[in-house]
Amino acid sequence: MIRLDNLTKVFDTPKGAVTAADHISMEVPSGEICILLGPSGCGKTTTLKMINRIIRPTSGKVFINGEDTTSLDTQDLRRSIGYVIQQIGLFPNMTIEENITVVPKLLGWDKAKYKERAREMMRMIALEPDAFLKRYPSELSGGQQQRIGVARALAADPPVMLMDEPFGAIDPINRAVIQDEFLKMQQELKKTIMFVSHDIDEAIKMGDRIAIFRAGKLVQYSEPDELLAAPKNEFVESFLGEDRALKRLNLVKVRDLASDEIGLVRPDDTLETALQRIDDYGYQTSIVMVNAKRQPVGIINAAVARTTKGHCRDHFQSVPVVVNLDDDLRKVASLMFSNDMTWVPCVDDDGRIVGQITQRAITHHLGSRYRAHSGAGEASPSSSASEE
Amino acid sequence: MPTLNLSGAMRLLVLVAVFVAGVWSQSSGVIDDFIFYLPDIQYLAVQHLWLTAVSGSLAILVAIPLGILLSRPSMARVAESAMQVLNVGTTIPTLAVLALSMSFLGIGTVPAVFGLFVATLLPITRNTYTGLKGVSPALMEAAAGIGMSPGQRLLKVELPNALYVIFAGIRTALAINVGTVPLAFLIGAGGLGELIFTGIDLYDPVMMLSGAIPTALLAVVVDMLIAVTAFLVVPRGVNPGRA
Repeated sequence: MIRLDNLTKVFDTPKGAVTAADHISMEVPSGEICILLGPSGCGKTTTLKMINRIIRPTSGKVFINGEDTTSLDTQDLRRSIGYVIQQIGLFPNMTIEENITVVPKLLGWDKAKYKERAREMMRMIALEPDAFLKRYPSELSGGQQQRIGVARALAADPPVMLMDEPFGAIDPINRAVIQDEFLKMQQELKKTIMFVSHDIDEAIKMGDRIAIFRAGKLVQYSEPDELLAAPKNEFVESFLGEDRALKRLNLVKVRDLASDEIGLVRPDDTLETALQRIDDYGYQTSIVMVNAKRQPVGIINAAVARTTKGHCRDHFQSVPVVVNLDDDLRKVASLMFSNDMTWVPCVDDDGRIVGQITQRAITHHLGSRYRAHSGAGEASPSSSASEE
Repeated sequence: MPTLNLSGAMRLLVLVAVFVAGVWSQSSGVIDDFIFYLPDIQYLAVQHLWLTAVSGSLAILVAIPLGILLSRPSMARVAESAMQVLNVGTTIPTLAVLALSMSFLGIGTVPAVFGLFVATLLPITRNTYTGLKGVSPALMEAAAGIGMSPGQRLLKVELPNALYVIFAGIRTALAINVGTVPLAFLIGAGGLGELIFTGIDLYDPVMMLSGAIPTALLAVVVDMLIAVTAFLVVPRGVNPGRA
């Protein structure tokens, strides 16, 4: 857990005092990723760097796991916090192994232990230990270097990590890959992470919570869905962008909105039955045909059912579009648009149909959150997302 | 190919020139004259190298810590002006430095070593300072952020990354040093300058060359030695020669 209590930084510049961070108070629960987000110069990096005293706070306190860090020695404090920066900052004079083991060595681990730890870290970031440990940073690509940067920060297994735009200098394709890898690692490691970003999409993807900064002040601190559904003011609204409703699609899983009512036909059913079910369930064009295991094998077209007689097994068309329960709504919406459908069948991991998701359910979900908050307005507490 | 022919012709010309020079020196007795000076060359070369070694190592011992000191953040205020003073110092001709040091320290080895020391000090200090200042701020932040103490940052990050530039400074400084030692003869410290200046005074080209050629060779050898040391000492990751 990281707790900031009225953390403030005032820089003395020739033009006078500039308040870079103004009484920032917030709390990141253990095991969560908190994204500090905002335009440049908003104080997010200053806030982050005050936690490990790269920047000394003018006033205020930082608590890590309930302990006031003011009394800790600066070096000890930093060794207990993983630190990743945008410029990566691997030491070019050291091999990859030496880079990863810097902190364990500072902490006085014995040689066998930190050597083994280096190999373990390499496996965790999916780089072959034997191929990479003896190389130098300049021999690696940017993406590989930043993976090593993350490994170095994690080497001594610190409970808390600070990441300052860690993936900002990596090309978009590699960035997405590294973000996914990192999220996967985080599911196991459960570190408490403060993460600076200026990229709203990265924030939504990576963050359990998002803190929006403006001009040294913390404007809104919420879970991503809450943030997108109920931006606190015009600044947050404009920062999130006009397509923020669509961004929410990333955050919702099919599982959350799927209904288990779905009309199906079996190969043995007659086309009459099929036509009847199409009407019953309000499908306009077609219905899904499943086998004995409830796995989709094809669709029955309404037009065909109306004009033909016979059994479904003789008149079905190609396998329909389906989505997995763990897919996000963005994929669902994309499939709906590209196939001109208003509903999509959902399958579980075994490929069995378990329900359907409709366009109405999606729009209703996005819309209901807006309606719920439009009345509450400014007065709504910023961290109320969990209660819904 | 015409280029190959040209370089072939050049090679041939050089061979011919060397052969003619050999024939001429043999027939005119120059080789014998050089051999006559051989014991002098040996004795004076040792003296020469000793002056370089003493003044050079003193300079290294003082200049590197001085450069480190000036590069510390706490010295930022005075560092730039101190470097300016050192830069102005570099512009004073070495002969003048030797003359000045003779006026205060008298004649002999001590004022010569001191003069050479001053002349050698500046490039090393300057390169140590710029080398350390040139270490990327991102590296320094990473080093601080993972919990290295200022001393650990200096030894494990700053110095290894600045080493190549520091060695370049040492190389320049010692090349200057070896080339300047002949002037030390003028204030009575010996060295190969003895043959050079006496040769000039007596209008004896062979004597002059007996001092000048070994001086030039020494400068080349010292330079190569330092280059090899740098190649071996500077970590592979930051060594352009081993990349």
